[in-house]
Amino acid sequence: MRPKLVEVKDLHIHFKTYAGIVQAVRGVSFELYEGETLAIVGESGSGKSVTSNALMKLIPQPPGIYAGGEILFNGRDLVPLNDKEMAKIRGNDIAMIFQDPMTSLNPTMKIGKQITEVMLQHNAASRSDAKARAVELLHQVGIPMPEKRYNQYPHELSGGMRQRVVIAIALAADPKLLIADEPTTALDVTIQAQILELMKDIQKKRNTSVIFITHDLGVVANVADRVAVMYAGQIVEYGTVNEIFYNPKHPYTWGLLGSMPDLNSSADDLLRTIPGSPPNLISPPKGDAFAPRNEHALAIDYEQEPPMFKVSETHYAKTWLLHPDAPKIPVPLAVQQRIDSYVQEGDDVWNAKKF
Amino acid sequence: MERKKILEVKGLKQYFGTASNPIKAVDDISFYVYEGETLGLVGESGCGKSTTGRSIIRLYDVTDGEILFNGENIASIKARKDLKKFNKDMQMIFQDPYASLNPRMTASEIIGEAFDIHGMYKDKKERREKVAELLEAVGLSRLHASRYAHEFSGGQRQRIGIARALSLDPSFIIADEPISALDVSIQAQVVNLLKQLQRERNLTYLFIAHDLSMVKYISDRIAVMYRGRIVELGPADEIYNEPKHPYTKSLLSAVPQPDPLSERKRQRIPYTHEEVDGDVIRKETSPGHFVFGTAQQLQNWGI
Repeated sequence: MRPKLVEVKDLHIHFKTYAGIVQAVRGVSFELYEGETLAIVGESGSGKSVTSNALMKLIPQPPGIYAGGEILFNGRDLVPLNDKEMAKIRGNDIAMIFQDPMTSLNPTMKIGKQITEVMLQHNAASRSDAKARAVELLHQVGIPMPEKRYNQYPHELSGGMRQRVVIAIALAADPKLLIADEPTTALDVTIQAQILELMKDIQKKRNTSVIFITHDLGVVANVADRVAVMYAGQIVEYGTVNEIFYNPKHPYTWGLLGSMPDLNSSADDLLRTIPGSPPNLISPPKGDAFAPRNEHALAIDYEQEPPMFKVSETHYAKTWLLHPDAPKIPVPLAVQQRIDSYVQEGDDVWNAKKF
Repeated sequence: MERKKILEVKGLKQYFGTASNPIKAVDDISFYVYEGETLGLVGESGCGKSTTGRSIIRLYDVTDGEILFNGENIASIKARKDLKKFNKDMQMIFQDPYASLNPRMTASEIIGEAFDIHGMYKDKKERREKVAELLEAVGLSRLHASRYAHEFSGGQRQRIGIARALSLDPSFIIADEPISALDVSIQAQVVNLLKQLQRERNLTYLFIAHDLSMVKYISDRIAVMYRGRIVELGPADEIYNEPKHPYTKSLLSAVPQPDPLSERKRQRIPYTHEEVDGDVIRKETSPGHFVFGTAQQLQNWGI
């Protein structure tokens, strides 16, 4: 077992709005080990970005409220820390890669300065060393002619190159945890593949832990060791990447897997959809928040929130369907067929590597 | 029987910038779309796929080339009266349902605007009825007519965009990345709706997108664009299973699949840009499957 880097316990984040209090994150718990990648997937509004921003304490207060729970980073709770204390952690221990490289870079500042700024702020390098290290970083993230780029402005670079600069900035102070919030969503597939390769490569070399937020299940399959599926501010299923993709238990995960065509899908069958839309988190529904969209919903789903049921040592799902007394609902046919087409005889799916 | 070509594009060029230093967004492309089919147009951002769609529907004045729609060259139409006639038959669904709906108009005003322009109703009651029918056709309720855009979710807004495109009962719809701004579960709803409407109304789609899995799923044939040109065109299955052009191969090798086992073994095929010198020829490798390149290139690729 590797050492635990992050442990989030029963985190609640609320936002005060004119319409009422939005319960954006409703009791999220997970842990992250050194050197692993945890992917958080879910629709917009499911609370995945709020959760990751909360780790960096980037939730503005007000309107945000840390309504409960702990965020332990190396055993230290971040929630009660003030801004000054957090400034030492941000960029230094935890760094973030944002979605849009067009807006997350400062357009009026040269690229080199944006990288050295982080090092100087955290006294990670002397003024004279900083430049050499920044150039080295640009080289590491695969930017050609790093000396020349050092003195250029963001607008002189393409989208993919800009995202590499954002990654270089995030790595500048050698953080232990990297939070990537949809880092490739704004990029083309070919560039996306390059950036994902780069991130995996860096992780291997530096043993960085990564939290990867995305709604693209293809990307999740590519990068993740473990996956947490979020819905309406809660984690509804988590497990290793193989468990989530080849043995999904929650109907919402079935819906996500079924609604995305893969390159083998036939045009004759309709895509499986999840009917309806996510609940309003100002007044979350009683019981299971997914029940109104769940074709297999049981009576108890409308009464009582399901606990996390254990599927295996590493796999949990929050649905009453896993209760011993619940009817046995098989994985929908279309999803099962797809899983069968992926998993070939002799594939080592369940004992495969890690943790 | 020869299938009817509803749209035929011949040597379309769309240049921007100055005449002395033009930016060749679309550089001499030719293709056709059969009636009732879906042609997918894929490529990276900046390859000219959206420009192609916008040129066809005459949002730009084309630099050169012919666009034959139902046999009539619409590239040269200048008179507003003639444009109006053709606009009735060709409509567009835009990418961003947040930006493409006027926030100061209700759903009924947005959908019914085209009725006003084309004078397509006798009285207010008929107009209201037509709007309600369209709302129901796209899976919304007639009670939604008086709501403003911000009162809808992203998926619902895109449904309004679709209802607006359908309002004049067109035969041809250009869908420019209609689902990329939507969530995965909502994407599936909208794609299913587009397919259902196509069956019910015998619509022809030009479907522009960069999400290759979705394009493969919805399209009958696919054209791959690269730097303003079409590099490969053929039946969807063939493009995916037997890509011939090195760029297509590279593009497909980069699409992540929801399958962790194969993702761990993924080998991306890089593509290095080749300057085109010489005449580009179109080679048919199997019926309806075309690869574009110079004679030398085609030989190098073993075609």
